[in-house]
Amino acid sequence: MAPAFEIQLIAAVTAAACAILGTFLVLRGMAMMSDAISHTVLLGIVLTFMLVRDLKSPFLIVGAALVGLLTVGLTEALNRTRLVKQDAAIGLVFPALFSIAVILISRFARGVHLDNDAVLLGELAFAPFDRTIFLGMDLPHSLVVMGQVLILNWLMVRLFFKELKLATFDAGLAAALGFSPVLIHYALMGLVSVTAVGAFEAVGSILLVGLMVAPPATAYLLTDKLERMLGLSVIIGAGSAVGGYWLARSLDANIAGSITTVIGIVFVLTFLLAPRRGVLAIWRRRERQRYDFAQTMLTIHLFSHEGSPDYAYESQVMHLQEHLRWDQEFASEVVHRAQAAQWVQRDNGNLNLTEAGREQARAAIEY
Amino acid sequence: MSIGELFSLLITDHTIRTVAFGTAILGVVSGALGAFAVLRRQALLGDALSHAALPGVALAFMLTGQKTPAVLMIGAAIVGIMAILLLSAVTRVTRLKEDSVLGIILSVFFGFGLMLLTFLQRNPDARQAGLNTFLFGQAATLLTRDVLTMAAFGLPALVILAIFWKEFKLLSFDREFGSSLGFPMRGLDTALTSLLVVAVVIGLQAVGVVLMSAMLVAPGAAARQWTDRLSHMVLISALFGAIAGVAGALISSLGNGLSTGPVIVIVVSVIVVISLFFAPNRGLFWRRLRIWRNRRRYQAETVLLDFYRMAAQHADATQPHPIAALLAIRPGAQFGLDVLASRDLARPDSEGNWRLTPAGVAEAELLESGFANENGVTE
Repeated sequence: MAPAFEIQLIAAVTAAACAILGTFLVLRGMAMMSDAISHTVLLGIVLTFMLVRDLKSPFLIVGAALVGLLTVGLTEALNRTRLVKQDAAIGLVFPALFSIAVILISRFARGVHLDNDAVLLGELAFAPFDRTIFLGMDLPHSLVVMGQVLILNWLMVRLFFKELKLATFDAGLAAALGFSPVLIHYALMGLVSVTAVGAFEAVGSILLVGLMVAPPATAYLLTDKLERMLGLSVIIGAGSAVGGYWLARSLDANIAGSITTVIGIVFVLTFLLAPRRGVLAIWRRRERQRYDFAQTMLTIHLFSHEGSPDYAYESQVMHLQEHLRWDQEFASEVVHRAQAAQWVQRDNGNLNLTEAGREQARAAIEY
Repeated sequence: MSIGELFSLLITDHTIRTVAFGTAILGVVSGALGAFAVLRRQALLGDALSHAALPGVALAFMLTGQKTPAVLMIGAAIVGIMAILLLSAVTRVTRLKEDSVLGIILSVFFGFGLMLLTFLQRNPDARQAGLNTFLFGQAATLLTRDVLTMAAFGLPALVILAIFWKEFKLLSFDREFGSSLGFPMRGLDTALTSLLVVAVVIGLQAVGVVLMSAMLVAPGAAARQWTDRLSHMVLISALFGAIAGVAGALISSLGNGLSTGPVIVIVVSVIVVISLFFAPNRGLFWRRLRIWRNRRRYQAETVLLDFYRMAAQHADATQPHPIAALLAIRPGAQFGLDVLASRDLARPDSEGNWRLTPAGVAEAELLESGFANENGVTE
């Protein structure tokens, strides 16, 4: 495989692995835990490395996952003391653990390929150089690792889909039915930790947060079904990963940064243009409702003056400005729309209700 | 090197003095503003804002071609404020929870900044080297000029905090009441959050974007344990921030390869742990002690009453009873008896029988009549 293709494959596989878990993080309001865990797994990696002295050892994943769980546990213990709030608990635990990791690296692991920049930023461009023989194939190490993580995440979500869904949307019912929400919570956080370790080398912790949170959040603006949200997140994540690679290539810039940039653009576009929940859709809905309301007002106004001596005066288009406090532009637009709906007919400067318009006014008044 | 010598460096060594002064300013400003962030549950906002500052730095450099701290800090501040506006727009319009939006802002802004920085570094322009010190910060390289810039940003922020003290207090504790009084609460909210951006911007060069969140959260969370008054909390928080800043600068100046940012964070985390355990009233240690004392008092009182009711069957209330009788009533009585013995309210004799002392009888009568000494028998 060509290195360029391999890089895109690694990025897409990582994005998919993250999106699967991220969907549940976003729905459960635990998005920032991915930020905390993605930083603290570094401590697990450093501590395990100091014991085994091998950066490829599988124990690194175990150690890092344990520290990931420790992060969650410490945060919750701190929260339970009720001395600090949940958000402050996260904000206290992870910088402390991360700082310890940074200091340990600078004191005891210097010269090893384990530097802070790489952990934060990742260098996907170098991923194809680090190779492993897997099932007789010569593959990039990161691809093998992230492929396994993706399969693990997919299997776990697949197997425990019912439980996860229930614990996410109705933790109380889950507990009443005998599924422990705590167990599910820690299992999910364990998977996040494993994913973070697997990904840290290739994509770095910040992109990890981006891949975990942004694609599911984007998908959440597009659908109300969990299954569809999962699928969309994977597609958005993997698509952005490939798009980001090409952006990075054209700018000769960092790949992880470019991928998050693309994800950000996708999110902003969705935020603006999503069919039902986008800013534009909301604005158009409001605008339509404004005119619908105004048209009904117009029919009621005419209806209430019908047959009275001042009708000739009240039914003038010019008068609407005064009586209904509409500006000229708005008034003529409303009249135009009401004519199109065949609720009123225009007779020179005067308006007359049609039978449909009268019906509309009556319905609105009686309602 | 002794602690005394270390502190004498603060006066004699120009570099260390400059660095310590810079980190102290950072500590005071982020401590004072972070106290509000902690109260307003914006602890993670600091994290997102500090990451969001990175593209501001890169853009400021791209647009002006200058690398002076003031220019970069202004760029970071502008982008930080944009991040705040985006955060409030997205959380208002969509159903996304705030933490998701924070996560998106954090990663996307940071990723975008990273893309810009790496893009800049490909250009053959020597001056942009060093821009990425903003990632982890390099307090050790702070110059007098940098410290002055930090002060020039921080001092106005503190002055604004003081001028609008009453309004910000209202905002933090009873926003609805503030609205009903006619204060522009949304504007005040944006203003206070923007001051947070100032603190972030000051810290970028010293501790970097990654650890900046700790500088905002930790002093405030620690100070909260020591007091229930906002004014005291802000002052204590600023003090803790300053202590952490100076201590971090000194420890990392020992030349052991420790970078200042992480050391400051560890110092401030230690302050948090001490506060959580030992702060008067709220501290976990005192809480445990209180629980232990209450249990002790309760057990002593129940055993004393058992004892008294049994003894009251006899003419002499101080008559000895075998311990087995007391244990038969209440299997865990031994602990209570020990407490009573330590207060000299009951006494064992040589044959293992226990008797109430006259003081014990008096205390029990008091308890029985419901007029127990407010502090209980064991106090």
